[in-house]
Amino acid sequence: MAETEIKNYNLNFGPQHPAAHGVLRMVLEMDGEIIERCDPHIGLLHRGTEKLIEHKTYVQAVPYFDRLDYVAPQNQEHAFALATEKLLGIKAPPRAQYIRVLFAEIGRILNHLLNITSYTMDVGAMTPMLWGFEEREVLMEFCERVSGARMHMNYFRPGGVTADMPTGLGDDIAAWADSFVGFMDDLETLITENRIFKQRTVDIGVISAEQCFDWGFSGPNIRASGVAWDLRKSQPYDCYADLDFDIPIGKNGDCYDRYLVRIWEMRESLKIIHQCIEKMPGGPVKVENNKITPPSRESMKSSMEAMIHHFKLYTEGYHVPAGETYTAVEAPKGEFSVFLVSDGTNKPYRCKIRAPGFAHLQAMEFLSKGHMLADAVANIGSIDVVFGEIDR
Amino acid sequence: MNIDIKELGEYISSTISVNVDDVAFAKDELTLTVPVASLIKVLSFLRDDVNCQFKQLMDVCGIDYPAQEKRFGVVYNLLSLTLNLRVRVKVWTDEDTPVPTATELFSSANWFEREVWDLYGVYFSEHPDLRRILTDYGFEGHPLRKDFPLTGYVELRYDEEQKRVVYEPVKLTQDFRSFDFLSPWEGPKAVLPGDEKADEIENEDAS
Repeated sequence: MAETEIKNYNLNFGPQHPAAHGVLRMVLEMDGEIIERCDPHIGLLHRGTEKLIEHKTYVQAVPYFDRLDYVAPQNQEHAFALATEKLLGIKAPPRAQYIRVLFAEIGRILNHLLNITSYTMDVGAMTPMLWGFEEREVLMEFCERVSGARMHMNYFRPGGVTADMPTGLGDDIAAWADSFVGFMDDLETLITENRIFKQRTVDIGVISAEQCFDWGFSGPNIRASGVAWDLRKSQPYDCYADLDFDIPIGKNGDCYDRYLVRIWEMRESLKIIHQCIEKMPGGPVKVENNKITPPSRESMKSSMEAMIHHFKLYTEGYHVPAGETYTAVEAPKGEFSVFLVSDGTNKPYRCKIRAPGFAHLQAMEFLSKGHMLADAVANIGSIDVVFGEIDR
Repeated sequence: MNIDIKELGEYISSTISVNVDDVAFAKDELTLTVPVASLIKVLSFLRDDVNCQFKQLMDVCGIDYPAQEKRFGVVYNLLSLTLNLRVRVKVWTDEDTPVPTATELFSSANWFEREVWDLYGVYFSEHPDLRRILTDYGFEGHPLRKDFPLTGYVELRYDEEQKRVVYEPVKLTQDFRSFDFLSPWEGPKAVLPGDEKADEIENEDAS
């Protein structure tokens, strides 16, 4: 029989596929079930955040950051607040720093819970998703108690946080953190040694440390390849320098290690949460400069000056001295940073948002080439992409 | 190895063999401004030099100053894990001058440069795959340029008769409002309304 040429065929993955974690469209060139070429098409969720921020005052820009990585909104706000504070030359008071770190770690757990559980669902496990979302709801209730909103908190503002924590919230978070250790153990019995999960993830999408540098990886993904790099340790911001925690790292840089690193990061986050609640100092939660942070509601009703400040702040905002800064935080997904350029007016001249997922997704072709189609799904889950931040 | 960012700036400017326009140091951050022609050499020096090792290109971003002759800036943010330092490399270009691509040096530059091309229209020469990335298929214009309106030019809706999504010119029911918050008494241009002569007097004093 004459030899026939078998042509590769193209497969359109997404943009509406549950395993695409949002609106990812991938054009895959398949040789049988082997991926030859993988071309992710992004931008289906592009909302022009950077352009909009150029037309908003600094205070009005904060909520846009919630809507980037909507899985852990507070960590994005953190980067913007720090960048603006750097340009203004101010520092948040100690209590505000502790509250921010506390909620940034809650955000990390929120993110990792969603990522791990939805990732395991992509590779065949249903239960973790249902369990994880219950815990996420508890965490989102804490967010609601402190800011009034479950998800889009708009809580970390330049100069501090919006409002102090309500009485008793710290104790409730501490009690929850104690109980969460048991939940983590239960969750791990479902996944960590699970035969199917390991078959789907071990040795899939391996990336070495050098390749991680080349592709601009950061966060859990670079740590899974054995690089002990965490901005909370190496370039500490807010009160991270005073806290004691470890950086879990992986060895093989495969999908399984990326999962393990996230599991251990959640346990480390619990340590940070406990320390934050214990060490939480008293005092104000925002800088006492009413040109930057709003005056209290009561004083607004009685003091003319407070009234003027309030009015000026919510119409004109504040003028930030000209300058530029590249400020990065360790968001749950990796290095999230803001390149903020100010021209001395009340609106940012340029606000470039560096989303970790953008760099990670870029390496999809590198990670998936030569793997089976089903492994592409494991790869997407393991690099932890959310399209709110990638498409901006 | 513990090296201060200021020392690093001095080290780079004294060691590097190619032309660097400016080494600026502000807010604990180091910025190198380089001509387009020497960009690749500067980036490869920063990546490969033993005392720098800026192995990670974290971000490439564009910036637009329409008033300048070279209106577009392309900003490269590099990170060195060994030094635990960051450095920023800036080049200036106009609409016609291409910037050499950094994809040969850093794989991560690929999408970042596509993004700058998409949003600003800065052309990257020798780029392996310079397509639009964030905007819609068939989009026209470069939306992050300062002369591109916030509302854009087209809007789309589902057309019941044609049974498909159609593009139409933007119709605003209310004019787009952009308030000028620059107080005439403070801010960059402190000219009181009706006091245009103050500028002339100042110029005369200076000359």
